Amino acid sequence: MFDHTVSELAALLRDRKVSSEELAALFLGRIERLGGGLNAFITVDAEKALASARAADARLARGEATPLTGIPIAHKDLFCARGWKTTCGSRMLADWVSPYDAHVVEQFDRAGAVLVGKTNMDEFAMGSSNESSFFGPARNPWDPSRVPGGSSGGSAAAVAARLVPAATGTDTGGSIRQPASLTGTSGIRPTYGAVSRYGMVAFASSLDQGGAFGKSAEDLALMLNVMAGFDERDSTSVERPKEDYARDLARPLAGLRVGLPKQYFTADLAPDVASCVMAGVEELERQGATLVEVNLPNQALAVPVYYVIAPAEASSNLSRFDGARYGHRAAGYADLNDMYRKSRAEGFGAEVRRRILVGTYVLSHGYYDAYYLQAQKVRRLIARDFAGAFASCDVIAGPAAPTVAFPIGEKTSDPVQMYLEDLYTISVNLAGLPGLSVPCGFGEGGLPVGLQLIGNYFDEARMLNVAHRFQQATDWHRRSPPGYGS
Amino acid sequence: MSGAAGMGWEIVIGLETHAQLSTASKIFSGAATAFGAAPNSQASAVDIALPGVLPVLNRGAVERAIRFGLAVGARIAPRSVFARKNYFYPDLPKGYQISQYELPVVSGGFLDIVVEGREKRVNLTRAHLEEDAGKSLHEDFHGMSGIDLNRAGTPLLEIVTEPEMRSAREAVAYAKALHSLVRWIGICDGNMQEGSFRCDANVSVRPAGSATLGTRCEIKNLNSFRFLEKAIEFEARRQIELIGDGGTVRQETRLWDPQKGETRSMRSKEDAHDYRYFPDPDLLPLAIAPEWIESVRAAMPELPAAMRARFVAAYGLAPVDATTLTASKALATYFEEVVRHAGGEPRACANWVLGELSALLNRLEAEADASPVGPAALAGLVKRVLDGTVSGKAAKEVFEAMAAGEGAADAIIAARGLTQISDAGAIEAIVDQVLAANAKLADDWRAGKEKALNALVGQVMKASQGKANPAQAGEILRRKLG
Repeated sequence: MFDHTVSELAALLRDRKVSSEELAALFLGRIERLGGGLNAFITVDAEKALASARAADARLARGEATPLTGIPIAHKDLFCARGWKTTCGSRMLADWVSPYDAHVVEQFDRAGAVLVGKTNMDEFAMGSSNESSFFGPARNPWDPSRVPGGSSGGSAAAVAARLVPAATGTDTGGSIRQPASLTGTSGIRPTYGAVSRYGMVAFASSLDQGGAFGKSAEDLALMLNVMAGFDERDSTSVERPKEDYARDLARPLAGLRVGLPKQYFTADLAPDVASCVMAGVEELERQGATLVEVNLPNQALAVPVYYVIAPAEASSNLSRFDGARYGHRAAGYADLNDMYRKSRAEGFGAEVRRRILVGTYVLSHGYYDAYYLQAQKVRRLIARDFAGAFASCDVIAGPAAPTVAFPIGEKTSDPVQMYLEDLYTISVNLAGLPGLSVPCGFGEGGLPVGLQLIGNYFDEARMLNVAHRFQQATDWHRRSPPGYGS
Repeated sequence: MSGAAGMGWEIVIGLETHAQLSTASKIFSGAATAFGAAPNSQASAVDIALPGVLPVLNRGAVERAIRFGLAVGARIAPRSVFARKNYFYPDLPKGYQISQYELPVVSGGFLDIVVEGREKRVNLTRAHLEEDAGKSLHEDFHGMSGIDLNRAGTPLLEIVTEPEMRSAREAVAYAKALHSLVRWIGICDGNMQEGSFRCDANVSVRPAGSATLGTRCEIKNLNSFRFLEKAIEFEARRQIELIGDGGTVRQETRLWDPQKGETRSMRSKEDAHDYRYFPDPDLLPLAIAPEWIESVRAAMPELPAAMRARFVAAYGLAPVDATTLTASKALATYFEEVVRHAGGEPRACANWVLGELSALLNRLEAEADASPVGPAALAGLVKRVLDGTVSGKAAKEVFEAMAAGEGAADAIIAARGLTQISDAGAIEAIVDQVLAANAKLADDWRAGKEKALNALVGQVMKASQGKANPAQAGEILRRKLG
């Protein structure tokens, strides 16, 4: 039953074949038995989970269930949840218990989902391997010596290992799609502004977007139905009518135009990944889609532009962690500045400190125009490239990550190599577009490969439709890692 | 003009004023803005900058900024941008202040002031919206500092002038005019003790006639008009003496010390922060549609400048008098009420409001709306002067009695027997007596000494114990002498 999708579990719950409490106990048991080696969770709270499962059962009995009522889920540990530790994978917030709920957390509570735990992540979402977590790296269930990707590595590992049916994540530069690709899960990052950022601890405000992991595109649609929607507490939340992301799942692909950016299929892409992605694209073609080459001329600038804008915003966003009101404060200090210096030097890990330094530099007087302003201009060009591409296609297809999962420790000493993990995902964030990754095969070492689909603004339903039709014809998404399946 | 400026130096002053906007809640959170609450009782999750919280702009603050822009004839930006000003301080919970930098909501505009009867236009550079910081309390806790975040996030409009003022008096006149205007249009309560209206002054000096600006110093902590004037005077003198002694002025921020009556260095330009301004990605650019501006304009009260022009055109008042009357909304309203109750005669009414009434208000340090003599009561007195019941001199006595709470004008006139004699027969009898007793003065007048007549009128007034109508007495004297 742990192998079931959310929609399958929802049917069982509705038909009283299983209770929410039983489901919670099942997944809590798996976390206890199998989770330790993966380090996918920072916090698990069985007591809270079982209590909310019982409440969900009562609601199911009253016939007031939503598709998520009674379904165990996990939140990435940067979504504030009242009464839960919300650490952001950092020593800075290692003991901080949030007094309030993020919009996303509120929405899942309202839907009756059962929160079992908070998942591991790169510190403040800065990383592509989960290795920058203060709580140690999460591991890839397909090969525990390898990374699950990041920054939402814990959520990806937990869903891949069937420790929860679905989980939330955030994607600032690829932090959902890249780990989804590396763990053989399905993951979606919606259009910027579709999901409220209220209560989602900020890394880079103009790029951050909440999204979800699941075992199928259909589950992602169900998750988005809960998460997305206008929230007046986030000024960048887009006010538009509530939509059903599952409405077009079954639509045939005949007539669909799939764009293939020529800049994605180059020597930078590992051959094993390339062949899986191309096989996936051919499946779409087999179902009636036509393939068109599209041009994203500024693609090569995406990573450098991102590593100006994201650190700039982060350097300011993380200023609030000063040891004065909450979070880590150094034990001894001489004066106020010493308190700031020591608390922040101790509270933040190396990657976070590096990005604060870079961000502070690019915003400094005399450098702002050359770096930050220039990066913003190129960002607009990147968005324009996509607008041009979508003139001739409906969705863009390509890889989500350049390689399969790499060994833990392989890239930690070379930040630039680590940054290139997001080569195919980052431009989507810069443009504010939606993107998803679904499993499309296995590459070297039998490790999963993801097919990335990029949609036009607010075209999630179409992307999910394509992904769902793909999953109707393939079973990559139903494969589970050895030792974690049935 | 100060003595120093008279000796070949010109003082150049620009002011930056922080006006706290009178919204019920903060600029980016729903917390209340009331003054004096228990520490940190009015600080929400947003104000204390918990992880994950986001700012949401208060439309009321924007509406007040628009009102200000319209009142000073400025340009309201159809698109302005909130920026983060980054620095670390415990009373700045986010580690940055949300302000406006490159694209402010209001730019340009002007304020006309009157200094020593002379009019002057002060041009404004800009006005932008921003949030206030909290307060650090260094005295109340032994060996520790307290942080009160009640004020954090309070909406401010920072109003910046061009460096166009040339004396401390001009600066004070501008500050007073601005203080009056923000209260007039209802965007700020103007309470300087509570910090609702705070001025920083940029002061530099240069040889008279020079076209280049000298190095400026910014003076902070000027929470009264008196301090503003004294601080500028002190600072200008300090800079002139420094240069006179062969020194150079360093660009720096200085603090006014009201105890010592001097400014002292707070931080130099070299120590100045690099604030690393950049557009706040949590807030969309502020878009103000023309319809919004028009709806604000439609709800605007008559502005001082328009009211002043109307007083000159419709009432025939001197421009200087009209300016003074419109220096505060309370005084202008009072004046119009007097005119209404008096049934016209605006010039006589203006003389009384600007004369006796203003003197009384100054003495009491009260606004016109708190005057012990109300507009209807003053109108009652003005009517008695105009219809000749009391002389101007007696009327002043009546006014003082009214101010002391002795009742209405008519009752006081009756009780004190101040009715002036306007009966021609009675005055003629007194004139005859006076002429008989002052033949020399009569001869002088006939010899062409015009002043002699005044002396004779004075004698008539004396003989009548001040009750004779002096104009009538003069007429009768002329007739009899001629």
